[in-house]
Amino acid sequence: MALLFTKKVTKRFGGLVAVGNLDIGIREKSIHSIIGPNGAGKTTFFNCITGFYRPEEGEILFNDHSLVGLLPDRIVRLGISRTYQNIRLFPNLTAMENVLVGLHGHLNAGFFGIVLGTPATRNEEKEAAEEARRLLKFVNLAGKGDFLAKNLPYGDQRRLEIARALASRPKLLLLDEPTAGMNPRETQDMMDFIQHLRDELGITILLIEHQMRVVMGISETVTVLDYGKKIAEGTPAEIQKDPKVVEAYLGRGSATEESRIVN
Amino acid sequence: MRQALKVGLIGGIVAVLLSLIGMVEAFSQRDIIARVISMGHTLLVIVALFMGYLAAKRTPGKGSLRVLANSFISGLIVGGLVSLLVIVGSLINLRKVFVNAMPVLYELLTFKQGTQIGVFLLLGAGALSGALAGLFFLSPKLLRRVLLISLGSIVSVGVLQDLLRPTFALWGPLAIINEWLFTANGLTIRGAIGLFIMITAASLFWSTKGETIQTGFRNLPTAPQRILKITGILALVFILLILPQVLGLFLSEVFTIVGLYVLLGLGLNIVVGYAGLLDLGYVAFFAIGSYTIAILTSPELGFFSLTFWEALPFVIVMGVISGVLLGTPVLKMRGDYLAIATLGFGEIIRILVLSDFLRPWLGGAQGIGKIPKASILGYEFAGPQQIYYLILAGCLLVIFISLRLRDSRLGRAWMAVREDEDVAQAMGINLVATKLLAFATGAGFSALSGAIFASKLGSVYPHSFNVMISINIVCVIIVGGMGSIPGVIVGAIALVGLPELLREFAEYRLFVYGAALVAMMLLRPEGLWPEAVHRREFHEEKENQAESESPLKLKSG
Repeated sequence: MALLFTKKVTKRFGGLVAVGNLDIGIREKSIHSIIGPNGAGKTTFFNCITGFYRPEEGEILFNDHSLVGLLPDRIVRLGISRTYQNIRLFPNLTAMENVLVGLHGHLNAGFFGIVLGTPATRNEEKEAAEEARRLLKFVNLAGKGDFLAKNLPYGDQRRLEIARALASRPKLLLLDEPTAGMNPRETQDMMDFIQHLRDELGITILLIEHQMRVVMGISETVTVLDYGKKIAEGTPAEIQKDPKVVEAYLGRGSATEESRIVN
Repeated sequence: MRQALKVGLIGGIVAVLLSLIGMVEAFSQRDIIARVISMGHTLLVIVALFMGYLAAKRTPGKGSLRVLANSFISGLIVGGLVSLLVIVGSLINLRKVFVNAMPVLYELLTFKQGTQIGVFLLLGAGALSGALAGLFFLSPKLLRRVLLISLGSIVSVGVLQDLLRPTFALWGPLAIINEWLFTANGLTIRGAIGLFIMITAASLFWSTKGETIQTGFRNLPTAPQRILKITGILALVFILLILPQVLGLFLSEVFTIVGLYVLLGLGLNIVVGYAGLLDLGYVAFFAIGSYTIAILTSPELGFFSLTFWEALPFVIVMGVISGVLLGTPVLKMRGDYLAIATLGFGEIIRILVLSDFLRPWLGGAQGIGKIPKASILGYEFAGPQQIYYLILAGCLLVIFISLRLRDSRLGRAWMAVREDEDVAQAMGINLVATKLLAFATGAGFSALSGAIFASKLGSVYPHSFNVMISINIVCVIIVGGMGSIPGVIVGAIALVGLPELLREFAEYRLFVYGAALVAMMLLRPEGLWPEAVHRREFHEEKENQAESESPLKLKSG
């Protein structure tokens, strides 16, 4: 059964159709990858799902809720959370505070409760801190909670961003190039981690990825976009053989792209 | 070598500029140490010392001879440029352009020794200062710190002598200190030496032993540590409580002004420091608070005649409502655009209260008078020494609320919005509610400050609420340190308190203000007392044994 599916979603920027008539269904508890050349509309599609952009046409349904027109903060409360292609942490907050911000939607303390320091507020704050510590430990950042996010090394920042996204207790997690800039070893670890998220926590994962090793290694379904349109969809094995996909990459005259596909 | 030349030239130009705008001369009327060194000369020496230190610091490599040579040269150049000014001044009449280039200035610069000898003296003094700064740079860290503290305190005591003398005179036994420390103009030589020794000893003691005391404190069990902390806080509160009685009328007045700015600064700190919404029309809420209390309490208008305390809740509510009203139209604006829009809002309020149209209600240019003082159980907050307590209570309350908010879900939401608005929203933060709450809270604090201000003056005028107040408050926050509560207090003392204390040099107030801001941005952009990183991970009890095992076996990095 599809957790999220889109019907004829179209997003234009002026005359440019960034995403056109896109139909995608994402099965619950699957790992689903979206690939495509640069500028194919992958990140725009993410932005449409999370409410940052409003698509001109089409429908996005999540658990039978329509997402079109909702603000991002509403959508994250419904259970969709994301990370960014170029890491976007809150640089001058600590790692701990970054995760606590992720928990924001699950806390209820109001202005007067906070100023008066009511027991309910205190308890909530204490539990939030505990949960944040647990999440930091979960992504292997225990002991680094008091570092400013901007002072963490790159790999830690990537994982902190995932911890922050997990803090909102998502059902669907959108990862925008989680292995960008990682060496093969780190990439392998990240793949294991993503699989673990799905297997242990039951989170559905939608992934944008350029490294074919990752895409072919962990996804159950792959969707290929080109110029905002879906040109192919299927299991990794099917996609590798699809002539349209090879053409989409080769058409740009890049032999290296071909070798990456075939890998 | 090139660095030394460059630094020396900059220092020389600064020194010449300070002389030509008359600062050196004005400052020379007051001696730091009687008949030894005046404030004017101190100013020039500080320029030469600073440049010598900078030249030493920028010397490539660590050879001490080269460091010394460089600082010597830069000091020499500073002296050289000033002597050039003296020579040119003796040949051409500069007064047509620079009003302050009077014979008195040259006399001061040449130590009354005539041009020829004076020039050599100047060169010598510059080079000596430079070389001393070089030596200072080369000396061990401990010595540097101690010297800086003790010399700095002598200069500060000298600068503030006119305030300290009458304050000591108020207290019988302390009057002896006056005689020992001060002459009619400047410190006595024995006083300066005594002070130097005392402060050196004290800072030496703290520098060497301070750390052991601190670790000793940290190693104490929680209970005594807590007792010590509470004693400290109680002592602080006690000092704050007796302060106006000790300091007398003038200093209490200065403290009330500083306190009002602290209140304003803490409010704006929530809007700018936490939520990152640059509000340049903040004075509007101050005005709204003042006018609300005036309308509700002043018999002059005859609408209402509530007491201060009855009116206060309405003031806060009005502040909060106007905060929301301003916030709503500018919700979608960011950065510069927001600053311009809020700037406009500030002016609108000022022009509205000034207008003839609203004169029957707001008093127009004549303002509203006869605002009654606040009183509790017959104790009237009349003069500065009484109002001080009202302001102190306000400050403590606002500090408390700020602290609570900062460490809460709302404070984190504000800071997330400041750091990255889009991501904050994508993390579940409702931007509309969060921003409006920031505006409303800030406006509420500001209205409170305005109400106390109006009751302190007894009247309100539109002219009290010009845009310079908004700018001043923004500067207080920037200089103190964005988002830092102690920073606001330090900033208000530095930018509002000090100028009040040094009234006689009011002419140079804006000049020093501007120079201080530029220097701050270059040397210490994070502010005088920046916000500390909140240590939360291990702050509360020892970490609970979290059950989930980490699945990720990544090497960090």
